[in-house]
Amino acid sequence: MKKVFSFLALAAVLVTLSFTTAPVHNGYHVGDIAQDFKLKNVNGKEVSLAGIKKAKGYIVIFTCNHCPYAVAYEDRIIALHKKYSKLGYPVVAINPNDKDVQPADSFDNMKKRAKEKKFPFVYLYDETQEIAKAFGATRTPHVYLLDKERKVRYIGAIDDNHEEPESVKIKYLENAIEELRSGKDVATAETKAIGCTIKWRKSGAAAPKKEKEAVKQ
Amino acid sequence: MKKLLYFFGLLLCCGFSLNAQDIPFIKSDQVTAWKNDSSQTVYVLNFWATWCAPCVAELPDFEKLNQTYSDKGVRVILVSTDFRRDVDKRLKPFVERKKLECQVAFMDERTPNNWIDLVSPEWSGAIPATLIVSKGRGFEQFFEKQMHYEELEEAVKAALNN
Repeated sequence: MKKVFSFLALAAVLVTLSFTTAPVHNGYHVGDIAQDFKLKNVNGKEVSLAGIKKAKGYIVIFTCNHCPYAVAYEDRIIALHKKYSKLGYPVVAINPNDKDVQPADSFDNMKKRAKEKKFPFVYLYDETQEIAKAFGATRTPHVYLLDKERKVRYIGAIDDNHEEPESVKIKYLENAIEELRSGKDVATAETKAIGCTIKWRKSGAAAPKKEKEAVKQ
Repeated sequence: MKKLLYFFGLLLCCGFSLNAQDIPFIKSDQVTAWKNDSSQTVYVLNFWATWCAPCVAELPDFEKLNQTYSDKGVRVILVSTDFRRDVDKRLKPFVERKKLECQVAFMDERTPNNWIDLVSPEWSGAIPATLIVSKGRGFEQFFEKQMHYEELEEAVKAALNN
């Protein structure tokens, strides 16, 4: 009987452990109002959502240079922007990765990639990672579709097949944009996709601003 | 004598399969089958890809876990989420080069949205991700992060003590 109790106690501890060690997906849920931000674009200019004129919504995509899943979607993201920016729904791409953990995702490499691929959309650097944290992004690519009031209307994947664009059956994001455009609720408001973990700055590593100060000294 | 030869043959085959392991293509129902196995086996399912730096960094820890616990009822399976077109040109050479002893399987599914929740509803889809599960022992713990040996061993021990 004692054994049973100790097992139960252990089980209780384990359950607690599994809750405390599980990744906590904080951040926005569908229906939340997303905060605006001001981040540096690859052309050196600061961009905020409020500064994007005539927008009826925003296709915010956390993405990066190095992740093969993100790379696999580059052409589709370009096509999305070309199709929807003129309808008032521009792509706002944000790279949240720490350059010390993943040097391929540095700001210089963002500029290179944007030039190579002729990104028609803004490609912003979330150097402090605060925006990715506020949104609750965990991977690249990770999409948040916002309406004009920055209300989150869709979170998740671009479509249902990252590897073979020609075999895509369901375009989750496009469906959501179309529903948003026609004033409907988004039917499939959340999806999941395999992606690369966001490369969070290692605890103890200097914050970017401090680094800059150190460089000045 | 014939029998002896047969045994040597068998040994050779085993040796071969260790050096260049077969990588089975699995569907999501295989994950469900592992999760629903009511035996005492503890499954350590690691979702990874060859180009994922934190995944590659944690592989030695999974190898060590496999070496230490494979005869204690623990099955470590490295489920690759590489691209299908990369299985022959990247995944297989990688597994050979690293001499991985853990069972490697390839997730032959096209629509992640349909199977990520089957692994764990806690999983956002980012890799690396690890599920330690034993239905027979009533244990399940999920991690969406890079694992270290101590953490893995702690979870496996907890599963085995359940």
